[in-house]
Amino acid sequence: MSTIRIGLSVFFVALAPSFLCAQTSSPPVTQADVKALQDAIFAARMNADNAWMLVSAALVLLMTGPGLALFYGGLVRRKNILGTMMQSFAMMGLVTILWAIVGYSLAFAHGTSFIGGLEHIFLRGVSLAPNPDYAATIPEQTYMVYQLMFAIITPALITGAFAERMKFGAMALFLSLWSLIVYCPMAHMVWGVGGLLNANGGSIPSLDFAGGTVVHITSGVSALVTAIYLGKRLGYPHTNMPPHSMVLSFIGACLLWVGWFGFNAGSALGSGPLATSAFINTHFAAATAALGWTIAEWIHNGKPTALGAISGAVAGLVAITPASGFVQPFSALLIGIVAGFFCAFMVFKVKSWFGYDDSLDAFGVHGAGGTLGALLTGLFATRAINPAFGPNVATGAIDGHWGQLLNQAAGVAIAWVLSALGTLILLFLVDKRIGLRVSAEDESVGLDLSQHGEEGYDLNS
Amino acid sequence: MLKIEAIIQPSKLDAVKDALLEVGIEGMTILEARGHGRQKGHTEFYRGREYTVDLLPKVKIEMVVLDEMKEKAIAAIGSAARTGRIGDGKIFVSRVEEAIRIRNDERGETAL
Repeated sequence: MSTIRIGLSVFFVALAPSFLCAQTSSPPVTQADVKALQDAIFAARMNADNAWMLVSAALVLLMTGPGLALFYGGLVRRKNILGTMMQSFAMMGLVTILWAIVGYSLAFAHGTSFIGGLEHIFLRGVSLAPNPDYAATIPEQTYMVYQLMFAIITPALITGAFAERMKFGAMALFLSLWSLIVYCPMAHMVWGVGGLLNANGGSIPSLDFAGGTVVHITSGVSALVTAIYLGKRLGYPHTNMPPHSMVLSFIGACLLWVGWFGFNAGSALGSGPLATSAFINTHFAAATAALGWTIAEWIHNGKPTALGAISGAVAGLVAITPASGFVQPFSALLIGIVAGFFCAFMVFKVKSWFGYDDSLDAFGVHGAGGTLGALLTGLFATRAINPAFGPNVATGAIDGHWGQLLNQAAGVAIAWVLSALGTLILLFLVDKRIGLRVSAEDESVGLDLSQHGEEGYDLNS
Repeated sequence: MLKIEAIIQPSKLDAVKDALLEVGIEGMTILEARGHGRQKGHTEFYRGREYTVDLLPKVKIEMVVLDEMKEKAIAAIGSAARTGRIGDGKIFVSRVEEAIRIRNDERGETAL
């Protein structure tokens, strides 16, 4: 409102001279003039928000390609580099098509508390005008394409669990179906109109600013289930399978960090102060988490590794994702350091206790980090940063609303169950139909040659 | 004609090449190799687990020389490559049956 008042004041001051000069009187300011001014101001604001949202969408896509492609690619053995990158890249193509045809509708159209309807199939009704259900200041198509980038990266994250041993075609089929059966319902429940877990009026209002539950818990838990279903890589754990290029992984991790500003700050759906809060929280958590994992490793092994440092940063980014637009900066620092230690513990200790081959620690970082982050969001969310439930209503536990922790736990539980069951069913079906795992010979030769007939590096040419 | 094969630490390659040049040996082939003798490997960490990496990077130098050059070559390589620690490497000498220069089909000792 004050923007309108400033605008009107400027308007009248500009006109004052013509009132003072006793010449032919200018026509009086009409309602239409005021409306035109209001529209112009609103349009300017829309353009500002849209500019940031388009940049954010691009940043989130950057996280998949090449961010995740490089991060995962460097961690696998040389013979699997292309196969690994192709898995992320394939999502960029496949999920886009599915999203345009039916995915966006299933996630964000009006429907039930669990899934959207087919109102927006083929993007019908999704125009350049805003959809006030989601974001009143950007075209709905911007919202749609921004959300698409999230839908792309989520299945791509799962590929880390079954690295170096899944058939390309089977992976493409499995993850395409997964995005419709697990991702779309989860996105609808947390963010969709009428969703069960929607902070705005859902039966169990849960706080997930940028996708800690929708993206990280679903992908992390699905990763664990897939790793167990497929079984361990040949030679695991006795054969050492170190990353063939920590350089590539390092570059990938830094691209993920920077891209995450689009992931979290873009979830403010505008370029105002909330985006600033989310931006700062994202960065602070990444920094302390990198430190946390590094310290944990230094104590445990005597040396801090580059892999530990970058994994820590990613763990912090995962944990802050649900909290980014709800917490104070110093809460973010705390969330980060806890995530760094916790995820390091999950990867160093818990993984070897149970013996599953989550090759690139998709569960240890995303599943565990996402779960931790969702619960800490319930603890640290404050109306001082984001009055999500109303201007004078307590948001999280530090505001006094301890019940929010239960809501968060409910969201976490639903995500775990949906992911585990959905993934298990799809794995079973795809396995029966075309078989998921490569043959032992193909696994030895490597995915690059066996699946793609290519080599990642030709050092002799 | 004798073939001299020396497996040395990669960091000693420049010193050994210079030493060989000084005694008049100019032709040689350098290969990147991995291996170990009695030397233990080093430990690396991956995801909190300690692994022993025992295929260590080495450099192999091969040269074919006249019989008279044998001791000079061995002395040059040895003094340049020696650190006194386990892992310095080994030198092997074997007899060569024939040598041919591809450019002009020269054979025998003049082909070296």
